[in-house]
Amino acid sequence: MKAKVYVTLKPSVLDPQGKAIHHSVELMGFEKITDVRQGKYFEIALDGGMSEAEAQTAAEKIAKDVLANPVIEDYRVEVSSS
Amino acid sequence: MKFGVIVFPGSNCDHDAYHVLSKHVGQPVDFIWHKETDLSGYDAVVVPGGFSYGDYLRAGALARFSPVMKAVKEFAAKGKFVFGICNGFQILCESGLLPGALMRNAGLHFACKHVNIRTENQSTPYTNQLENGRVLSIPIAHAEGNYTCDDATFHSLEENNQIVFRYCDENGEITPESNPNGARSNIAGICNLDRNVLGMMPHPERACEELLGSNDGRDIFRSLTHAIAENGVGV
Repeated sequence: MKAKVYVTLKPSVLDPQGKAIHHSVELMGFEKITDVRQGKYFEIALDGGMSEAEAQTAAEKIAKDVLANPVIEDYRVEVSSS
Repeated sequence: MKFGVIVFPGSNCDHDAYHVLSKHVGQPVDFIWHKETDLSGYDAVVVPGGFSYGDYLRAGALARFSPVMKAVKEFAAKGKFVFGICNGFQILCESGLLPGALMRNAGLHFACKHVNIRTENQSTPYTNQLENGRVLSIPIAHAEGNYTCDDATFHSLEENNQIVFRYCDENGEITPESNPNGARSNIAGICNLDRNVLGMMPHPERACEELLGSNDGRDIFRSLTHAIAENGVGV
C-alpha cells in the first residue's frame, strides 16, 4: 500500500520560489506560461495489512500534522494498493 | 533566577544565548538537550537560532516533535517565559505556541545584516525596559523570516497588541524598503496573548556588545530579567 501526498501553498500565499521559476521559464522562451507554483510530493509506504480506509486515515493525519503547515499549505492524499 | 537554552541537533546560536545570559544577564544558565522532558526549576527558556534538523521539510517543523517541546508547551502554559529567536521563532510557530508561519524570504536570499526594529509594545516581559517607538539595531540572519498569517489572525494580533517589533528605517518609520524579508506588516516579532511567549527573527543575543556593532539587545534581556524578578509578571 502506498500513499502519495501533495503539499501546495494556499492560493492566497505568495510563492517567491514559484515566481523565480516562472521568470526562468519565461527566459526559456515560453511566453504563454501564466504562473508557476512550487509544492512538495511525498511517497509513504504502508503495511500491506492495513485496509485502504485505514491507510487513508493514517496518511491524512501524517499530512495534516507533519508534512503540511495548515497555516500556509493545503494537502491532498492519494492511497493506492500498488 | 535560572535560565535554560534548548539545544536541538542543528542549533547554532545556543552558545551565543548562553554567553549573553551568563555574562551580561549574570544568571545561572543550563544547556537543555532536546531529549529532556523536565523543565522544573527554570524561570525562562530560550529556543535559540540555528538550523534544527537541517531545516528539513520546513524550518522548525521537525524540532516540534522533539521530546522537550511537550515540556516547553507545559512550561509556557504555566506562565513561564519562552523566548524564541530566529529558528526558535520558527519552531514556536510550528508548535502552535505562536500564531502564523515563517516563509521563504520574498527576495529568496539569505538575509544577513543589521536591521532596525521598532518597539511596538513596551508592555511585555521582553520590552518593559524599552519604550514604544524605540528603535533598536539588531542583526538578522535567515532565509525563512517572511512572517505570514491569515487576515483574522493578523487583526487579532493587532487588536491584542501582540506585535512587539516591526522592521523600520533608522528614523523609526515603517517602510517597504526597511522590510528585509517581505514579512506581513513589517512584523519582526510577536508574543502570545498571555505575553509570556515571544518569538522574533532578529538576534538580540548577537547585539549585546559594542564590539559587535550594537548592544541594543541587552535591553530585551534586561526586560526579561526584570519581569522574572517581579515575580513572573510583565511590565
